[in-house]
Amino acid sequence: MSIDIETARRVAKLARIRVAPEDLPELAGQLSGILTFMEQLNEVDVTGIEPMTSVTPQRLKRRADVVTDGNIQAQVLKNAPDAREGFFAVPKVVE
Amino acid sequence: MTHANQLTLAAARDALRKGELSAVDLTMSCLTAIDAGDALGAYVHKTPDIALDQARAADARLKAGDAPDLCGIPLGIKDVFCTKGVPSQAASSILAGFKPEYESTVTTKLFTAGAVMLGKLNMDEFAMGSSNESSCYGKAVNPWKVDSRQLTPGGSSGGSAAAVAADLCIAATGTDTGGSIRQPAAFTGIVGIKPTYGRVSRWGIIAYASSLDQAGPMTKSVRDAAIMLGAMAGHDPKDSTSADIAVPDFEAALTGDIRGKKIGLPREYRLEGLSAEVTALWDKGADMLRAAGAEIVDISLPHTKYALPAYYVIAPAEASSNLARYDGVRYGHRAKLSAGDGITEMYEATRAEGFGKEVQRRIMIGTYVLSAGFYDAYYNRARKVRALIKRDFENAFAAGVDAILAPATPTPAFGLGEMGTTDPVEMYLNDVFTVTLNLAGLPGVAVPVGLSTSGLPLGLQLIGQPWQEAELLNHAYVLEQAAGFVSKPEKWW
Repeated sequence: MSIDIETARRVAKLARIRVAPEDLPELAGQLSGILTFMEQLNEVDVTGIEPMTSVTPQRLKRRADVVTDGNIQAQVLKNAPDAREGFFAVPKVVE
Repeated sequence: MTHANQLTLAAARDALRKGELSAVDLTMSCLTAIDAGDALGAYVHKTPDIALDQARAADARLKAGDAPDLCGIPLGIKDVFCTKGVPSQAASSILAGFKPEYESTVTTKLFTAGAVMLGKLNMDEFAMGSSNESSCYGKAVNPWKVDSRQLTPGGSSGGSAAAVAADLCIAATGTDTGGSIRQPAAFTGIVGIKPTYGRVSRWGIIAYASSLDQAGPMTKSVRDAAIMLGAMAGHDPKDSTSADIAVPDFEAALTGDIRGKKIGLPREYRLEGLSAEVTALWDKGADMLRAAGAEIVDISLPHTKYALPAYYVIAPAEASSNLARYDGVRYGHRAKLSAGDGITEMYEATRAEGFGKEVQRRIMIGTYVLSAGFYDAYYNRARKVRALIKRDFENAFAAGVDAILAPATPTPAFGLGEMGTTDPVEMYLNDVFTVTLNLAGLPGVAVPVGLSTSGLPLGLQLIGQPWQEAELLNHAYVLEQAAGFVSKPEKWW
């Protein structure tokens, strides 16, 4: 499976990573190389095999559905590039 | 003359308890070595003030007779661990300026036991790499040097490996997603163990691939690894995948007796083109274990060949999800916006500026294999192959094998800038012997066993059954004693 420039552009868009148009051919080439490497998986007979979901079969532990944390607004916002009036600030989202 | 920073963890512990050495003096000795070791690029954030405060507190505890094993032991902490108030960036520009408001479970446990933090250690960005060249801080350098070239300490825990090998700490933390503890340990002549998945809490460790990531110690000896793993391990309600299983006394398990144990040599690991010296080292390691009374048997792990391609589907898929959180909103870097830029432009510019090339590639590969139409063909198929890889190991253990012996890396340390510059897959092949364990969740330990003809350290890897780190470390201890590896890099830095 080879990734063409249009697919590379689409994947970059989905991943929300800006890629300059002149860099797309090299990126497409590298992604194709990696995918070709993965194609080996097609040699394996996986009939009847369940996809592995966890390393050790274990049931997630349950606990009472109560608030265990909170009231730390200042700490939550401390590392924000732009925090105002108790909120994370971002560019305008809705016109 | 031996300086305090050159001590093993076990020797330092004993000297501290006997009062032959103070934690402050030991810490000062490490801090002096660190400042003289900048050429190694191991430390990326030094924390001498925190270290000395912790050392003074440790001395008080030692005096009071309340001293756990780690009390007063100076450690380097990989930059991937969140440490409260101290930069924690996973070597990525996208986390520039990030100082966590909380402490990871592992560092909390270590500090509660009295350990001293010397600083944060270099690594590949988001732990994605095998050479420590993809760090936003610049490369870390292997203290081992045999010609004019600078060699990689391996990756991703390259700073940890360089710091331990060069005595810039007594021991260090590492994390291992596809070999990131064991490969750098092998490249620098130290010991590194990746525990069973779930043995050590992942809470507060900056995530790469959640179903594969596991933290462990990187140390100067197997005994040190046993001591430090005991302090790191244990159930944590804050990590839902952490196992509620008792932590044994790993050090007490180092009896040196492996008589009657069955050690498997997987024939699929005899790769075509594997160098004669790695093959010879492997045979030598098997002889050592045989001489100690173990039975050596050939085993088959038929799906070995498919581990790397499965890993490079699963890990990027998980990374693309985990790294979606770096969007310039809550922490770290945000790109400067132009007039009229909306939130999508902010995301795209921030992530293009903040992530390095290898991280971008893995996020995009992960995005691709998870996208509609390809999910079954790549991601689900890889997860099925992963189940088969795990089953290979289960079959071997069910047939009575106690541990598996394999090479740790296909080669000794290579030169910085020599690998993967044109083809990223070339770099991936470094993980060929280590990645299978992460997929199966098994514990594995790299032990230095000899020197290459060029004079560089070579390690072997022992693989254990789930939750049997104690027995695994005992096997590693036997191998270590038999190999008698005592070489240290000659100081050039």
